[in-house]
Amino acid sequence: MIELQKLVDYFVTYPFVRYAFAVGLLIALCASLLGVTLVLKRFSFIGDGLSHVAFGAMAVATITGLTNKMIIILPVTLLSAVLLLRTGQHTKIKGDAAVAMISVGALAIGYMLMSVFPSSANVTGDVCSTLFGSMSILTLKKSDVTICVIMAVIVIAVFLLFYNKIFAVTFDENFCKASGINANAYNLVIAMITAAIIVLAMNLVGSLLISALIIFPALSAMRVFRSFRSVILCSAVISVICAAAGIVLSILFSTPAGSTIVAADIAVFLLFCGLSAVLKRG
Amino acid sequence: MMCAEIICEKVSLGYETGIVAEALDFTVSRGDYLCILGENGSGKSTLVKTLLGLHPASAGKITRNISGIGYLPQQTVVQRDFPASVREIVRSGCLAKSGFRPFYTKAERGLAEQNMQRLGIADLSRRCYRSLSGGQQQRVLLARALCAADSMLLLDEPVTGLDPKAQIDLYELIAGLNRDGITIIMVSHDVRAAVQYASHILQIGAKKQLFFGTAEAYRESEIGQTFLAAGGASDD
Repeated sequence: MIELQKLVDYFVTYPFVRYAFAVGLLIALCASLLGVTLVLKRFSFIGDGLSHVAFGAMAVATITGLTNKMIIILPVTLLSAVLLLRTGQHTKIKGDAAVAMISVGALAIGYMLMSVFPSSANVTGDVCSTLFGSMSILTLKKSDVTICVIMAVIVIAVFLLFYNKIFAVTFDENFCKASGINANAYNLVIAMITAAIIVLAMNLVGSLLISALIIFPALSAMRVFRSFRSVILCSAVISVICAAAGIVLSILFSTPAGSTIVAADIAVFLLFCGLSAVLKRG
Repeated sequence: MMCAEIICEKVSLGYETGIVAEALDFTVSRGDYLCILGENGSGKSTLVKTLLGLHPASAGKITRNISGIGYLPQQTVVQRDFPASVREIVRSGCLAKSGFRPFYTKAERGLAEQNMQRLGIADLSRRCYRSLSGGQQQRVLLARALCAADSMLLLDEPVTGLDPKAQIDLYELIAGLNRDGITIIMVSHDVRAAVQYASHILQIGAKKQLFFGTAEAYRESEIGQTFLAAGGASDD
């Protein structure tokens, strides 16, 4: 009870705690929306690859000393998303190899750049916080929050607008093409939203843990629910609740926010696995 | 009544790597039931893509006098564990008509319900696709195809993987749709069922057209008799 009291005090007293909640929950919501599609389309690794690209771009942005790093990170990640999607069709390098190549390459170059041109005394700390999200969620400025809210609103709006098409393209690309829907264009939309979500989520959980935010709620929801809409709704709810719980726990016990959120997602996944086993028997 | 919906004249199919099939000459008229027979690798799937307008013919001329083709693709790995209700899938057949509108109109939702009734899956509308039997899944995809186009259906090996009872049910269902006036084009391995149900047969093999004509003519022809004698056993 004392801890809860402490938390409420934090929330009322410090604006950065409120910012952290607002940003954290929005990012979690966005990440969960596309998770189902990415898992079903076997695109989970593209999310992972893109997050490493975003890390590389972040490194470049850091050494150039730009105040607004988004200017570099967002376009680079979007471009990579488009390129990675192209690798699916008629290319010399197979899709999974291309993802591995780009992601590891970006990771290596990013780390090298950050070591050669250190922007602060603590390079290891910088790298660690970019990879795992660190406590940066509690150091957000008001401008970060604004950018985040705008991007989240765009992502959610695009998702709602194209919901039926995203469903159709996920379920059956061939049928869509045959009936005159431009499936490639919608795949592009999916890739671009994914890139936007990844750039957003870097703030919250860091680039290594983003995939968890995208995939775990979707996998949990798919265990129990049986229509596309209920799976999406459920994964959104799971994701938001886990993010809230993760942030609260991280404040109370001084754990890193990102990994605490992911731990909460894992716990829910195990819970839902158990639940689905019980439902099948009953 | 003999209104030609698709005319292929001296059509060649192929990619940069080479020709898959050439000199295809055939006509599909309204109300026909055309079965396309051929070994694996004989260019059947390329022909399907070309008929749907997804892949250009490398030579020859294709004339289409139809507004759209309802397509029943082969099942993909993704679909086997896909969490979607029957209703969601059938409705997605209406998408091509909806343009940039982000929701389905009442008329489109009505069309989906009507096609589920027509194929006898109305009581499954809330069920999950992955929990259905193979035959039921094909009915769902047929209902979706009917939502996309209700005058011509193109079915790509629809009975593959179904048990014998479900195969017969599906063949009867498709024959029923054909009796209602829907033109059917079916790609198949199954020579026996082809001559039993189809009105016309197109057989391709060894990169060229081996036969095109009515099912009766096929049964009389030398090639037809050879394949019918061998065909029953070599289905897969």
